[in-house]
Amino acid sequence: MIESMYREHILDLYKNPRNYGNLESFTNATHLYNASCGDDLTIRMIIENDIVKEIKFTGKGCALCMASASLMTSKVKGMKKNEILKINSEESISLLKIPISPARMKCVLLPLEAIHKAIGG
Amino acid sequence: MNKEDFPILKNIIYLDSAATSQKPRQVIEVIKNYYETQNANIHRGLYKLSQEATDAYNESKKTVAKFINASKQEIIYTRNTTESINLLSHTIKPLLKGKEIVLTELEHHSNLVPWQQFCKEFGFELKFIPLNEDFTLDYKEAELLINEKTALVSMTHVSNALGTIVDVKKIIELAKNHKAITIIDAAQSIPHRKIDVRDLDVDFLAFSGHKMLGPTGIGVLYGKKELLEQLPPFNFGGDMINEVTFQNATWNKIPEKFEAGTPNIAGAIGLAKAINYLEKIGMDKIEEKEKTLTKYAFEKLKKIEGIRIYTPKDSAGIISFNIEGIHSHDIATILDSKNICIRAGHHCTMPLMTKLKIPGTARASFYFYNTEEDVDALIKGLEEVKKVFK
Repeated sequence: MIESMYREHILDLYKNPRNYGNLESFTNATHLYNASCGDDLTIRMIIENDIVKEIKFTGKGCALCMASASLMTSKVKGMKKNEILKINSEESISLLKIPISPARMKCVLLPLEAIHKAIGG
Repeated sequence: MNKEDFPILKNIIYLDSAATSQKPRQVIEVIKNYYETQNANIHRGLYKLSQEATDAYNESKKTVAKFINASKQEIIYTRNTTESINLLSHTIKPLLKGKEIVLTELEHHSNLVPWQQFCKEFGFELKFIPLNEDFTLDYKEAELLINEKTALVSMTHVSNALGTIVDVKKIIELAKNHKAITIIDAAQSIPHRKIDVRDLDVDFLAFSGHKMLGPTGIGVLYGKKELLEQLPPFNFGGDMINEVTFQNATWNKIPEKFEAGTPNIAGAIGLAKAINYLEKIGMDKIEEKEKTLTKYAFEKLKKIEGIRIYTPKDSAGIISFNIEGIHSHDIATILDSKNICIRAGHHCTMPLMTKLKIPGTARASFYFYNTEEDVDALIKGLEEVKKVFK
């Protein structure tokens, strides 16, 4: 079960993250640090008319956190603020399509938390 | 060595003894036996059973005292190393002359945060003996940092995060030259090597039972008798008093003055059994065996491509490392799927990790019950981790 946590698509996202990088100008940003494992995530986005026009992340973390950041940023791009705020933990976890052990939940949920915080949720 | 005495080790490869050791069946038995045949509150009951429990508790203190070459009065039972250090940070003020406290950059949060709070409350300043590039302490810098302004030097004996062994004798000598009080956090050293508080001439020494085969919830604070007598009590309540009126109270003698309320009697008895067990093997033998095993592991780990080791060569029992491109938590999760238990993260030493510019490390830690086969399994496991991430 554990090895299935490190399936090809997760490792691919870890090695080739989507939406990774900086935004020169942005309207919303947040930086979160998961002290227990050292996952470090900065999310920057441009919101226009309550819609996320652009979103990028930088940071360092474990494979699960980085994969989740890629998937979450892709998901919310183009979405309305109030729709994004409705995304719950289960939905965020399900994006990874792998079983997540309790010890690793925090890693997976950090991007969602950061996105919510950045848009003021 | 003696692996068959540890029921839990049948199914796992346990390389996290720096977090907590496993318990031999002899210790588990003595705790069970206490509750089945001796359980009563101590220092109170006038019946035989209470006397038996009291005797067993007192006997435990004698065992601990003898183990570190102290006297029974100098042994205070606490919950763990953390509580032992907190006891000191809450009571030690009257002993301090000077306005600076010196620690090392290696400290676990438990020997750092209490002193940060102390400094904030009393206007003291914190100083840190830095690390060298090779993860040993910079003793030259220690000579400068410890001076006439130093009130207290509190240091880890062995770093839980890196495995660095601190030359505590050298530091104590520096501190004594300036009449500073000294404390050793022995949580990571006392399970693995002989400690003699008289020989070290240290003022206070703190450790936990659970890292040395004992149960959780029992820890020790050793203090020199003449110093303990000068400290005010830590907690107030039963057992720590001599006489109480509605308006006033006087204190019991040491060490009872510092042990308010019903203590962890079963824990104390379990700890004594753990010490008996360790002594039966011999601390010298334990140290030697772990040294050999650590060296074996060090040599094998070194050969893994992309590995970075954060442990000095002469460490005993702990090896901290990272593999390029793989987060330590991913390493630990994949090893767990092979029933190999290691620790990953910042090891409660966040400032140290920040200094090393890493979020954390993977850490394998050994005890005498570990074998070369355990190390081989770790190496094989790490190769597989690399395969997953290649």
